[in-house]
Amino acid sequence: MPGAPARATAVAVSALRVVRGGREVLHGLNFAIPTGTVAGFIGPSGCGKSTLMRAIVGVQVLRGGTLTVLGVPAGSAALRRRVGYSTQFPAIYHDLTVTENLRYFAAVLGAPPADVDRVITEVSLEPHSEALASQLSGGQFTRASLAVALLGTPELLVLDEPTVGLDPVTREELWDLFHSLRVDRRVTLLITSHVMDEAARCETLLLMRDGRILMRGTPDDLRQNAGTTNLDDAFLRVIRDAERSRS
Amino acid sequence: MSPRLTLATARRVANQLRRDPRTVALMVLLPTMLIILFRYVLNSQRAFDAVIPSLLCIFPFNIMFVVTSVATLRERTTGTLERLMTLPIGKIDLLAGYALAFGLFGVIEVGVATTVCITWLGLSVQGSAALLVLIAVLDALLGMALGLFVSAFARTEFQAVQFMPLFAFPQVLLCGLFEPRDHMIGVLSGLSDIMPLSYAVDAIKMVTSSTQVSAELVRDMGVVFGCILIALLAGAATLPRRTP
Repeated sequence: MPGAPARATAVAVSALRVVRGGREVLHGLNFAIPTGTVAGFIGPSGCGKSTLMRAIVGVQVLRGGTLTVLGVPAGSAALRRRVGYSTQFPAIYHDLTVTENLRYFAAVLGAPPADVDRVITEVSLEPHSEALASQLSGGQFTRASLAVALLGTPELLVLDEPTVGLDPVTREELWDLFHSLRVDRRVTLLITSHVMDEAARCETLLLMRDGRILMRGTPDDLRQNAGTTNLDDAFLRVIRDAERSRS
Repeated sequence: MSPRLTLATARRVANQLRRDPRTVALMVLLPTMLIILFRYVLNSQRAFDAVIPSLLCIFPFNIMFVVTSVATLRERTTGTLERLMTLPIGKIDLLAGYALAFGLFGVIEVGVATTVCITWLGLSVQGSAALLVLIAVLDALLGMALGLFVSAFARTEFQAVQFMPLFAFPQVLLCGLFEPRDHMIGVLSGLSDIMPLSYAVDAIKMVTSSTQVSAELVRDMGVVFGCILIALLAGAATLPRRTP
């Protein structure tokens, strides 16, 4: 659109390579995510999604390439207040209550104490706020861990499989929350999933397999390219095409 | 380094410990129980008088070592450490928070042990009892700091637990409990000189046997304190923000 301001880039990745356990798991990735986007990284288990997320939040040792997050190199100290991260396996203290966990992480972030109640509401954990994390169900535990990422005012949220194992109602609520964060606070969200029906809710999709990005586009692009309305079929089609062109 | 973050971490660790009363009870009472047992095994006040200062160092040292190394390993394996490494908290703040919380339990642990030793087991302290407690607390903190440090090298719980016999037991054997340090053969005496526990034991022996605060005593306490700081700094240095 002429005259519209160019969207700033939230995450820029160039020639990114990562080696884990002697094996290259990311083979020179290149992509950029504009600010205020919900980007879905979709691919089967073991395709390198989590490693990529770890690289973006700056806890992964890189073998090569550059990774710029909100204008500075990934892992910079300045980013620690600006990026919220939720790990694939929920990372909270089992022997503390939900509130105690959040109070500690809020203190670490220097977030206002009122944030604790806000994020508990956002992930619908009010009835369990005083329960020990170890006594939560799987889905509640995941949400408690997700709540930590929502503390403060992150500009970028990196959520590794945030909705896995959740019931449809909670999943719906969380997706509403993600979109409202994007619209109201212009937060950029990077969300991984191996479930295609999550893909339909993202604005832009990056399909991953074996440490490469096979395709990037909107869910509609993907459906159109593959000539099918079913995203699962479309993804399979992309994989088959990629394999054919490689062999 | 931020006192606010250190305090927040200390409060969090203390809260976690509070949820595990059995661990707290073991931590606080175990050294005392072992010292009482030792007293009746020896069954001689004279023999016991000779070893009790060393015991006041050794038991708290060992227990703090194993508890802290497991606690930090747990932080690593549950993913909370990785999460903290993405947040605005210094590694020193984190370790200092652990030190503060465990140090508090160390004070209680040593307080109970010293009280029982003086009132029941006939420990006579020529020097100041407060100084004795201080040295024993420093020594418990030493165990804690070393535990924090070596847990960085443990990949599993099995390894962490066995680091106690690996790092702590040689110090116990060489600290002068079984054989005076200057009677050991050259190599061992040299090894004994570079082990921090030896200085803690020497210091506590001096406090129990003399009313004077000698320069040697101050030096030994300085060495123990220095080792605590070095172990904490080394612990922070071996805690990487990025992992492979």
